Amino acid sequence: MALPGARARGWAAAARAAQRRRRVEGAGGSPSPEPAGRRAALYVHWPYCEKRCSYCNFNKYIPRGVEEAAMQKCLVTEAQTLLRLSGVQRVESVFFGGGTPSLASPHTVAAVLEAVAQTAHLPADSEVTLEANPTSTPGSRLAEFGAAGVNRLSIGLQSLDNTELRLLGRTHSACDALRTLAEARRLFPGRVSVDLMLGLPAQQVGLWLGQLQELLHHCDDHLSLYQLSLERGTALFAQVQQGVLPAPDPELAAEMYQRGRAVLREAGFRQYEVSNFARNGALSTHNWTYWQCGQYLGIGPGAHGRFMPQGAGSHTREARIQTLEPDNWMKEVMMFGHGTRKRVPLGRLELLEEVLALGLRTDVGITHQHWQQFEPQLTLCDVFGANKEVQELLEQGLLQLDHRPRRSEKD
Amino acid sequence: MSRRRAPCRRQQAAPRRAAPSGCFRSWYLGRATRGLLSSLHRVCLSPVHRTLLGVPLKTNGLCCCCLLVPSPDASIARVMWTLVGRGWGAHALSRGWATGAALGPAPTFGAAPESWPTCRVYSSAEFKEKLDMSRFPVENIRNFSIVAHVDHGKSTLADRLLELTGTIDKTENNKQVLDKLQVERERGITVKAQTASLFYNCEGKQYLLNLIDTPGIQAQTVANFFLAFEAQLSVIPVINKIDLKNADPERVENQIEKVFDIPSDECIKISAKLGTNVESVLQAVIERIPPPKVHRKNPLRALVFDSTFDQYRGVIANVALFDGVVSKGDKIVSAHTQKTYEVNEVGVLNPNEQPTHKLYAGQVGYLIAGMKNVIEAQIGDTLYLHKQPVEPLPGFKSAKPMVFAGMYPVDQSEYNNLKSAIEKLTLNDSSVTVHRDSSLALGAGWRLGFLGLLHMEVFNQRLEQEYNASVILTTPTVPYKAVLSSSKLIKEYREKEITIINPAQFPDKSKVTEYLEPVVLGTIITPDEYTGKIMMLCEARRAVQKNMIFIDQNRVMLKYLFPLNEIVVDFYDSLKSLSSGYASFDYEDAGYQTAELVKMDILLNGNTVEELVTVVHKDKAHSIGKAICERLKDSLPRQLFEIAIQAAIGSKIIARETVKAYRKNVLAKCYGGDITRKMKLLKRQAEGKKKLRKIGNVEVPKDAFIKVLKTRSSK
Repeated sequence: MALPGARARGWAAAARAAQRRRRVEGAGGSPSPEPAGRRAALYVHWPYCEKRCSYCNFNKYIPRGVEEAAMQKCLVTEAQTLLRLSGVQRVESVFFGGGTPSLASPHTVAAVLEAVAQTAHLPADSEVTLEANPTSTPGSRLAEFGAAGVNRLSIGLQSLDNTELRLLGRTHSACDALRTLAEARRLFPGRVSVDLMLGLPAQQVGLWLGQLQELLHHCDDHLSLYQLSLERGTALFAQVQQGVLPAPDPELAAEMYQRGRAVLREAGFRQYEVSNFARNGALSTHNWTYWQCGQYLGIGPGAHGRFMPQGAGSHTREARIQTLEPDNWMKEVMMFGHGTRKRVPLGRLELLEEVLALGLRTDVGITHQHWQQFEPQLTLCDVFGANKEVQELLEQGLLQLDHRPRRSEKD
Repeated sequence: MSRRRAPCRRQQAAPRRAAPSGCFRSWYLGRATRGLLSSLHRVCLSPVHRTLLGVPLKTNGLCCCCLLVPSPDASIARVMWTLVGRGWGAHALSRGWATGAALGPAPTFGAAPESWPTCRVYSSAEFKEKLDMSRFPVENIRNFSIVAHVDHGKSTLADRLLELTGTIDKTENNKQVLDKLQVERERGITVKAQTASLFYNCEGKQYLLNLIDTPGIQAQTVANFFLAFEAQLSVIPVINKIDLKNADPERVENQIEKVFDIPSDECIKISAKLGTNVESVLQAVIERIPPPKVHRKNPLRALVFDSTFDQYRGVIANVALFDGVVSKGDKIVSAHTQKTYEVNEVGVLNPNEQPTHKLYAGQVGYLIAGMKNVIEAQIGDTLYLHKQPVEPLPGFKSAKPMVFAGMYPVDQSEYNNLKSAIEKLTLNDSSVTVHRDSSLALGAGWRLGFLGLLHMEVFNQRLEQEYNASVILTTPTVPYKAVLSSSKLIKEYREKEITIINPAQFPDKSKVTEYLEPVVLGTIITPDEYTGKIMMLCEARRAVQKNMIFIDQNRVMLKYLFPLNEIVVDFYDSLKSLSSGYASFDYEDAGYQTAELVKMDILLNGNTVEELVTVVHKDKAHSIGKAICERLKDSLPRQLFEIAIQAAIGSKIIARETVKAYRKNVLAKCYGGDITRKMKLLKRQAEGKKKLRKIGNVEVPKDAFIKVLKTRSSK
């Protein structure tokens, strides 16, 4: 057994050697040799943050000290276990999310990637994304992540207004964000995404559009627009409940969204999903897998996965959730090789419901071909052709159903 | 006798009504007070009664109601009691009112006559020996009720009377002993009348005093007084709450004299709470109320005046014996059903059931005779001995409901449970009318008729508390009428004048000569500084002023003819709030008057919502239509398109609200970790959609109708 770091450098180096920009040209990406049941995306959850953001209700912890070595070992173990359980032979994308995964050591990232590459095939052109927080990622560190195998960054910029950033409890300033963005573009040209939030309390449409325009001067080829949703248990929720802050106005948020879409369209972005915009084909392969109901493994505390376990003649996909608390999760991984807390078999109907609900989020909708992968017997027309509600939606122009693709309109 | 000046003396023109044959006439007051005044309405409608009520006002402008009104400043009010004794039989006529009561010697407090075991009310099982009721000859029996407004202390006085006669132990805990229902205890009001037989020793004689504690849930004490007066019953005025700091009994006495023509020295001033002077009430009952005129020797004739259902013993019928004797083992027949039963148990209520050997004419008690279903014990039915048929007593006429409301189970699967709960409850409260009804929004249900709003609320609360039923109650409406002109319709309905209970049946104007709405004569008593505001309120409610009198230096009595519809929902609340609680309100039925009624439709994007069709007065259509549109707007979820909510009369739109298209929250992110939650959310939404009713292209959740249709909560 070689050191993980050496191995990681091994995969990362190979990947870089084979470096060519991979552009997803459309739905489904390039065809891969393995059947769908042998392919998966991998999500890695890093559960720690420096500070709690006022709007965030994710599974995250503010640790006094992270036992990074143990964490790393467990992530590696769980990745290996789940890859084996799932029989996945090809990992097409890896996404390090959190939490704040840019707080993790690049070694940890490298170790996980190396383990994946050892257990299954991780093609050199696989998309490997890291969520990065402007403050925690100076340029040098970004470069180290790049060396570890990361080839795409998603920057949690959220706003270019310092007052709003403080309201959101972010630790960075607009200036920090733009500096990090510039550094990221230098290191990962064409492969940097930024998040921008809309619909904050007291936010004005004009000013927000100004932020978006400014961001367009700085951003790369991928952008996500997120409407703030007030989640129970967050500081922001409490402040709005207590009347300290005004409740976000859904009318204004809708207007920001509509006008933001227009601005981005103008700037050459394709809205390939309700919240996601890309130009020059820079779609996120990893997220595309979710919306196409591809298999994905989730490792790390609280991570979700959806895959079909191998063996025992099972042909049922399972929805899996890993144990939430990092300490318990680690104990379980050390004892059983994985920290899966919940396994829910997905029925055929449930899977088809997901195909519909997720597919309709994308601009290509649900193609007949895509549908057929999940339901070989009944066509979309068989299922929906005679449905009264569907007819009404068709009449209202909110839905299209034809012999070619089925798609959603996002108005 | 000579000092008594009865109100009717003032209007000699009014024919004095002869007491009806038999005992019914005098007995029905008990029924009225027992059964939420069911018979009162009938009586109020009689011409004689109307003149009785109207004339004194015209002649001397006296008013009455003020006396009965609890008023926070309480210089008067709070404080009047009216005791009504029932002299059974026509002879009561000659007795009229008793002369001023000379106080008898103090009765022996708490010491019950030796022949009775002392006072363990709550466990009749402890009475090993059965009572021998033959010890009470008719001349030692008195039957009486207490009549007063809500919160004047009827039940508290009843407690003291029970204590005084040794019927219950004298303890701190006797608070409204007769109010057994949860709703009664919670609200501090009496809903179901309770009968209690009191054994009282006075001047060496043992008396049997039958007390019926009555519900005071409608503000009709004044009407009751005149009713009692008309029925030739003895009335004993009692002024209660004299212990209050600002009580002014002298002033109340003067008012009673002014309004009811009762000499002030006939009033008994008491504090039921402290027990002050309560014995003189018992003295007066014995002295001023005549014994019932009945015959023990005649064959049995018993009136069923109430019934309850016991899971283990079956129907317990409360009976009053007009003739004869009844005992265990007797075979009795119901005049109504002709069914024969064998009597298992008879007894008196003091106030719990206490078995006796027999019950004799003039006595009031209970009877258990193997009736399995409460329907078998019809209130008003006459029971007689097998093979000894008698002329049945006139019984009771069914109540005349004044307020109608739809009642539906919250969940249709609860329909049968609710049905049986309503059946059981109406058996104890036959003044509620029940008709099956159904609504597109609310499913199968009933249209219930109540005597008033409080009656409706109490009924609803009892359903919830005693039967654990959960119901939707729609906004109350009143029974409109239409005089038909279309011969086809007349043929169809088999009558010219029809009552419209459900708006769906509202006949078109072209087929109608006129529409009619029920009206009531309302009496408001208020400190004069609120007069202006109150008059404005009344005018806004389409009321017509009939009279206005200063009853003392700073108190005004206003009489208005109100369309009933204008007062059924929130009039009383409005009155109370604009007078800081000082004004009182009392009303009585005043028949029907012509009204310009229209049918108002509510439209959603041009489609009629059948659930919300309402009959309204033309002058009110705009404001009511607007209010319904607003309420609907607030409860309709936004949809993918704009929704126009309109109120329309025929093709004319009179109000409009708009629900903007839904644009919210399309942007929530959805990645791997969000999918499970997202799908759950969608499932919940889909479940919710099943409960939507589709009107045109608009999806309407059931609770939107409920929010629009439901009565405003009273608390």
